[in-house]
Amino acid sequence: MRKLKEFIIDKLIFICGLASIFFVILIFLFLSKEALAVFKYVSPVDFLAGKRWYPISEPAQLGILPLIFGSLMVTLGAAIISIPIGIACAVYISEVAPSGIKEFLKAGIELLAAIPSVVLGFIGMVTLVPWVKRIFGLPTGLTALSGSIILAFMAMPTIVSIAEDALYSVPKNYKEGAFALGATHWQTIYRVLLPAASSGIVAAVMLGIGRVIGETMAVMMITGNAAVIPHSILVPVRTLTATIAAEMGEAVVGSEHYFALFAIGIVLFIISFIINVSADLFLHKRS
Amino acid sequence: MVKFVAKDLNIWFGQVRALKNVDIEIKANEILSIIGPSNSGKTSFLRMLNRLNDLSPGFRMGGWLGFDGEDIRKIDICGLRKRVGMVFALPLPLPLSIFENVAYGVKMHGERRRPKVCALVEHSLKQAYLWDEVKDRLDVSAFKLSGGQQQRLCIARTLAVEPEVILFDEPCSGLDPISTSKVEEAMLKLKKDYTIVLVTNNVKQAARVGDRTAFFLSGELVELDSTEKIFTNPADRRTDGYIRGEFG
Amino acid sequence: MSNTQRSQKIAFFFLFLATLLILVPVGLIVVVIVQKGLPAINWQFLSDIPRQGMRAGGIFPAIIGTFYLVFGAILFALPIGLLAAIYLSEYAGNNPLNRIIKLAIVNLAGVPSVVYGLFGLALFVVFLRFGASILSGSLTLGIMILPIIITTAREALESVPQSFREVSLSLGASKWQTIRHIVLPNAIPGILTGTILGLGRAAGETAPILFTVAAFYLPRLPKSIFDQVMALPYHLYVISTQVPNVEEKIRYGTALVLLSLVLFMNLVAIIIRYNFRKRKKW
Repeated sequence: MRKLKEFIIDKLIFICGLASIFFVILIFLFLSKEALAVFKYVSPVDFLAGKRWYPISEPAQLGILPLIFGSLMVTLGAAIISIPIGIACAVYISEVAPSGIKEFLKAGIELLAAIPSVVLGFIGMVTLVPWVKRIFGLPTGLTALSGSIILAFMAMPTIVSIAEDALYSVPKNYKEGAFALGATHWQTIYRVLLPAASSGIVAAVMLGIGRVIGETMAVMMITGNAAVIPHSILVPVRTLTATIAAEMGEAVVGSEHYFALFAIGIVLFIISFIINVSADLFLHKRS
Repeated sequence: MVKFVAKDLNIWFGQVRALKNVDIEIKANEILSIIGPSNSGKTSFLRMLNRLNDLSPGFRMGGWLGFDGEDIRKIDICGLRKRVGMVFALPLPLPLSIFENVAYGVKMHGERRRPKVCALVEHSLKQAYLWDEVKDRLDVSAFKLSGGQQQRLCIARTLAVEPEVILFDEPCSGLDPISTSKVEEAMLKLKKDYTIVLVTNNVKQAARVGDRTAFFLSGELVELDSTEKIFTNPADRRTDGYIRGEFG
Repeated sequence: MSNTQRSQKIAFFFLFLATLLILVPVGLIVVVIVQKGLPAINWQFLSDIPRQGMRAGGIFPAIIGTFYLVFGAILFALPIGLLAAIYLSEYAGNNPLNRIIKLAIVNLAGVPSVVYGLFGLALFVVFLRFGASILSGSLTLGIMILPIIITTAREALESVPQSFREVSLSLGASKWQTIRHIVLPNAIPGILTGTILGLGRAAGETAPILFTVAAFYLPRLPKSIFDQVMALPYHLYVISTQVPNVEEKIRYGTALVLLSLVLFMNLVAIIIRYNFRKRKKW
């Protein structure tokens, strides 16, 4: 009896252990199932490189290049803001901050990570967007720049916490060795600690950027959602994610528009897959 | 009567060969002391006897190891471990009360009758010379006890499942001399009812309690004989050297 | 002061500045939402249905909807996540299969939330014909929080000392008995922490529920798991972008309720973790 029970439990545990693989495959299958149908209407090249996204015109024009550029521009902006600040903050927390306030700073970072994206989007909309409009004298503050700033805040908790882990796990004797040679604390940090933690920091940056590319609600609320190829960071853009979120509600199930949105989903899935697998490789290079 | 028989026993952990062609017999109701320097394979051998090595990554065995004439690999593993108990090097109470620590194994083997469990707990604690010290506070955490008391608690916990063999893995390595002598006293009393295998770093302890003594070196069994013979007139030069403290 | 010391001072100042640059806005965001949202909070706001095209009344259906969704998600994700964590911590060795499982978890954690929404739409709403419903939304959210639960539960299980397992096994307890009576009880605070963090995440997400459950306006409570519901994050999105002329107070009030809910869960998780570390017996 005990034997049988154990046998069943063992098998159940094994099956649940495989659940993550199962779900990743399931997600991929169901996205592809709906996405591939779009290529009856548009060739993969025209889909990825087409400059017009007019999904409800007759005939529909399904080129996602403007959306890719929108995502790239917002992501690039967010990366430029969040990477230096995030890494600097990680260094401060792990090396410089007095131990008394360290936990407090970490709690602040966790707090930022916990704020729902729709709340950040809302705050961005009512504060940041009017500022951008006024400062740059624009017709609208709903721009790629506003999106980049808000997204930078969503990337920073990821960058800070993973980079801090990487710095923390540098063996203590590296640091002691540098001190013993008479290096100052700051010299030790940028000559010894940062290089030693570099692969972890690269992973932190990649995961932060992954978070940005996949972010939906805040972007949709503050980037203005104009599906044209942007020529400046001060114009409205539309990202891949926002397009799905904004249009799926209106797309008819089984229409080419519906399939096209799934195809965008597959593009996002593949991007996040590549980012996560390579970040994981970087993280494991360390150990 | 012979409890354990090892014939040409070899074990590996990954690429590392921890035991080399060991032949040994362990008799019922004796105390067999196993001595040797660290990494000599003595603990690996001990952990063979209740198959705790199975938990180590990369473990493989070759040769034969029999318990009561049966291939150890064919015996139900939970049943084997119930019959062959283990006391570890450090006192390792479970994060439970004193009572629950001793009752743990009993309950895991399906004994649910409260009076039976209580009786077993009391009897085991008495055998381990701990009852008088803890009888008024059985429900406090086992971590509240001193190191020596914790180790005797671990002995009581092992006794409670009514084993036939008790394996001691350097049981006094973390203890002061007074606690050590209490543990040794318990061992000598237990000999009457149990077979005891004692792995120890302390040569004098082997001399004090062992009926027979085995000397392991680099995974090989160098010599096995009566304790008196080993300590007065060992056959192998290396045994003599180790006992006299020339290495180890 | 020597040159190197001066450059260290300057460098540390900039590091400090960067930290402020993150934390000050965070503080401001919380303060502003509390300050502007608090005046909206009263019993009516929390217990009434939205009225006048969501420009007045309360947000009760959205609060209830979020509770249903979060509860459903955890009901699905906790058992699977916990067992998966047990597999990884207690059964899995270092073989290629387990490497793939870990990679799958990392990937699951990185899939954009809107892609979860698409997946939920394709699988639960359309393929399994659950329609836009609590069931579809909960399952979608459940799969999304699965990696959080697996990762934290696994850490909690692995932090239980190996020696406890050895002791239990050496007494003849079986593997499952050891897990059930020794490993799990000592990992519960960590598992609880992960579960609550997952709850918080599920409560705050909008994109996965957009097409799987969320109702634009539905001033009644759901009767079955096949009903649609309103949800707090989606409601906040709707009244801040889709409905014109909503009083600022109501928007901030909704943001405050959502933020409080999420932060409260995180706070509880942090307190459990803190107490557990303090009282740790080994």
